[in-house]
Amino acid sequence: MVPALEFIGVTKRFGGVAACNGVSFQAAQGSIHGIIGENGAGKSTLMSILCGARRADAGHIRLDGRAVNFASPRGAIARGIGMVHQHFMLIEAMSVLDNIMLGAEGGPLLAKGRAAARARLAALERDHGPAVDPDAIIADLPVGLRQRVEILKALIRGARILVLDEPTAVLTPNETAELFKLMRRLRDGGACILFITHKLGEALDVCGRVTVMRRGGIVGEFDTAQTSAARLAEAMIGRPVEAAANDRIRAPGAVILRARDVRVSDPSGAARVKGVSLDLREGEILGIAGVSGNGQSELLEALAGMRPIAAGTLAINGAAIDARARNPRAMRALGVMHVPEDRLKHGLVADFPASGSAMLGFHREARYGGALLDRAAIEADCAAKMARWDIRPPAPNLATRGFSGGNQQKLILAREIERDPLILLVGQPTRGVDIGAVEAAHARLLALRAAGKAILLISNELDEILALSDRILVMCGGRITGERSPGGTSARELGLLMAGAADTAA
Amino acid sequence: MSGPPAVWQAAGPVLAPLAVALAAISIIVAAAGENPAAALRTLAAGSLGSREGLAMTLFYTTDFIFAGLAVSVAFRAGLFNIGVEGQAMAAGIGIALAALYAGALPGALALPALALAGAAGGALWALVPAWLQARRGSHIVITTIMFNFIAGALLGFLLNGPLGAPGSMQPESPAFPAAAAMPRLDDALRAMGMTPTDTPLNLCLPLALAAAFAAHVLFERTRLGYEMAVLGASPPAAAYAGISPARIMMLAMILSGILGSGLALNELTGAQNRLILEFTGGYGFVGIAIALTGRNRPAGIVLAALLFGALYQGGAELAFERPKITRDMIVLVQGLIVLMAGCFGARARSGEA
Amino acid sequence: MPDADMLLSILASGVRLSAPVLCACLAGLWSERAGIVDIGLEGKLLAAAFAGAAAASLTGSAYAGLFAALGASLALALLQGYAAIQRGGDQIVCGMAVNMIAAGATALAGAAIFGEGGRTPGLEGAARFTPVFAGQDGLAFAALACVGVTSFILFQTRWGLRLRAAGENPQALAAAGISVSRTRYGAVAVCGLLCGLGGADLALSQAAGFLPGMSAGKGFIALAALIFARWQPGAALASCLAFGLLDAAAIRMQGAALPGLGPVPVQAIQALPYILTIILLAGFIGRSAAPAAAGVPYKKE
Repeated sequence: MVPALEFIGVTKRFGGVAACNGVSFQAAQGSIHGIIGENGAGKSTLMSILCGARRADAGHIRLDGRAVNFASPRGAIARGIGMVHQHFMLIEAMSVLDNIMLGAEGGPLLAKGRAAARARLAALERDHGPAVDPDAIIADLPVGLRQRVEILKALIRGARILVLDEPTAVLTPNETAELFKLMRRLRDGGACILFITHKLGEALDVCGRVTVMRRGGIVGEFDTAQTSAARLAEAMIGRPVEAAANDRIRAPGAVILRARDVRVSDPSGAARVKGVSLDLREGEILGIAGVSGNGQSELLEALAGMRPIAAGTLAINGAAIDARARNPRAMRALGVMHVPEDRLKHGLVADFPASGSAMLGFHREARYGGALLDRAAIEADCAAKMARWDIRPPAPNLATRGFSGGNQQKLILAREIERDPLILLVGQPTRGVDIGAVEAAHARLLALRAAGKAILLISNELDEILALSDRILVMCGGRITGERSPGGTSARELGLLMAGAADTAA
Repeated sequence: MSGPPAVWQAAGPVLAPLAVALAAISIIVAAAGENPAAALRTLAAGSLGSREGLAMTLFYTTDFIFAGLAVSVAFRAGLFNIGVEGQAMAAGIGIALAALYAGALPGALALPALALAGAAGGALWALVPAWLQARRGSHIVITTIMFNFIAGALLGFLLNGPLGAPGSMQPESPAFPAAAAMPRLDDALRAMGMTPTDTPLNLCLPLALAAAFAAHVLFERTRLGYEMAVLGASPPAAAYAGISPARIMMLAMILSGILGSGLALNELTGAQNRLILEFTGGYGFVGIAIALTGRNRPAGIVLAALLFGALYQGGAELAFERPKITRDMIVLVQGLIVLMAGCFGARARSGEA
Repeated sequence: MPDADMLLSILASGVRLSAPVLCACLAGLWSERAGIVDIGLEGKLLAAAFAGAAAASLTGSAYAGLFAALGASLALALLQGYAAIQRGGDQIVCGMAVNMIAAGATALAGAAIFGEGGRTPGLEGAARFTPVFAGQDGLAFAALACVGVTSFILFQTRWGLRLRAAGENPQALAAAGISVSRTRYGAVAVCGLLCGLGGADLALSQAAGFLPGMSAGKGFIALAALIFARWQPGAALASCLAFGLLDAAAIRMQGAALPGLGPVPVQAIQALPYILTIILLAGFIGRSAAPAAAGVPYKKE
């Protein structure tokens, strides 16, 4: 049988670097095909070629045996390729119907097209389940429904090949289960689905075959019935995975940070953290697990002083932190250091030389001069950090954006950890960095804990939470929905708590 | 952070606009049926070829350094201040009020008092849009445009009413007292027994150069400059670092308004000796061209100001010699240079550290 | 005290004065709805006024003038569009550049062609547009019609949907297979044509010829009216009419005393639209939010 989709030697270079290098694989009609790999493995580049956003430098793609070469997304859409991007391509101010019609309006006047789109939407919903109100405004919809709108958008254009790019990153386990149900229904209806993920369990759960990518090339293809998560992980990383040695043998120390009934609202006034209480003790890593968007980010930023706390109390070593001290400067002065979730948005200034980023937040300290800055001291300080943390290239004058993600992250870790924190707040310490930097970051965090410091860790990676934490709190909908010890729980149980299931063990 | 000396770094970007200006002028002049080579000679001779021409060029340069620095200090903090024109008008009102109503200040104190009054006027006119941006989220591009018009209306009202010269139909204030005149180059030349240039070039030029040096130190060597650059390059990073955006925005705009007041000081105490309508002559907008051309670096701004000073002075000479080619040509050329900066310098607004 | 006749005449001239502002305001609406902030409306109005008056004066035909006005403004709009769309330039800088180019070029060309300090000769007869109904000429009615047309195209047609998408989330438009830059160019071209209409009205109808700087801030008033109208065509008509009436009142009431207030300086009335806009922008009388992606250059990945 001719495969529905075939990549043949597809290559794409950026500058001198090959993001995709001679990629070849096939996917059949009526199948869910997984593509897994770490960040930067080339999955997104490959998909952007498939959906016509980029052109391959070499190689080509065949649909049903016929070679295609898309000059624009338009050509790809016309040939039945539907792309659901990780960041939704929706216009928040418009209705579901208008979003679905955009690019496929059915004529120069909207009135006729609107009626037709409504009818087809109704038909699709008969076949594939739960309805989305066509007149709802996107901004009012929850994430799961927005994703459904994206899928409907592809289906209404007659997509036969559906590409889902990391679709579960923003979903609760419940929503994920719903999505998988829909994917299976579409597969049974004859669609070819490409499921891009770095979550191995999900790939094993829903895919028939899985292609593994590493550094722009394909390193293996597996039948999910005959493989295991460990083998996939090994292929993905290129060597057996070593968990950082984590000896959790210590008595809990004194409470350093005490938060009681903390509430945080976003600038529009919507409550994001709805009464969180926690104790962070010296010499422990307290992990907070949760699906992204359930208030963990807001909690972290509130504790760092970046967001106002609407209600509740904070105390460090028993001393209350009043509202005036709840700003980043004052919190740093109290020994609360912060590795932010988004390093390029918050943690660094991409345009600055590394030395300018390496003092961000501490630039008022006397060692950097004062009102008049001491440039020599600033560069020497950065050079020393680069040497101690093996940051490459060791060039304090190089623009921050010129460093790899892992080296940027090390620069932030160096800056925050070397300031001898009493409390370290850490968000997504290893997002989008290479394995070497992951290991270095984990080792440094464990060493910091061994030195008796208190660490609050937020991560979307359950594995990271399980590997590093001494205790785990689960957040859902702005609340703590459970507390577990890493030895006495499973990813499955945490997943249920992340979805808001009632905590029966408490 | 290091590299070749700032002057050489700054000179590069000025050469391209210079080439654009010369090419555009040649084409325009040819289109008007005149000889481009002769016109360029007139331009060069008129702006640089004589003591008088050079002095006038430097007089305009003074205006432009102040205006360019005013735009650039706001740029550094990520703010596009289109309101230097209005801020200079407000500064002019401050200067006139001090000159006409402050009574008999001793001579040595009169000029500093005028400068302070002007700085206060400019700073106040810049502070309101800054406050609106920082506290109410009102877009500073739009508010500063609106403040230009409000300043113009206020100036018109004052000169037709309370500040108008009694018995004059012209919208202008009475002449300032003698103590309000900035020492001129001519005064020095006369004192040395040399022929005066008969130009308004005055003490504001060294003041402008000092301001440029101060801006250089601010941008490259101070904590405040660093905080401004962080905010300009990445507001979220500024929030993370505990840098108050409101404080930095207001400080940057206050400095911008004070720098813009230099333009008013140069024109009113150096040349006009009274408050008149439109004394700002659109130079506040020229500041945008200067800041873009000079890439937000004070050394570049001084060079760009010199280039535009020569163009304005040379253009005036050219218009005098060839009445068909009015000085508006320079405004056109300036627009082309700004368009080029818009096309090729999209990163102009963020401060580079 | 103003009497009924005076009120009527203020009303008529207010409507007349608002026509060019309305054109420029709708022009800005097209551009900004598609994601291109345009502070160059003033320059395009001015260039159109000059080209219109120059062509009408040289040919003796108001229609030739109208076409020249449309053409000149369109050319400037496309130049601005090239810088802002193709080159990804800062939109404020590009708009500023257009204002300078227009101010310089019109005065320079006026002086070079006609002498007389940059003015065109006075236009009369067939070289001008004259009132056809209720003291208003055809251009004013055309401007009025543009309100309905704009509203229809933006909200009832495919083009309008794509255009609004370009202003709200260009990435989504591109992902749907539609070229963002082509969509934005289309909007910018309409913006140019509307400014052309406004400029023609200034020089061929309100005045009898061109004066350097004759747009006199109308392009910026249009920007203010656009903010007041919250980027809605119907509301744009209302806010432009209101500003036109203010303008007419300022002219008629020069030196007149208002009961309880005494004489109101004409400058205060002239500055009122700007002051009101600032109060609106400050959020003291409701909020006005621009299209989400307005002002952000779109870069293909």
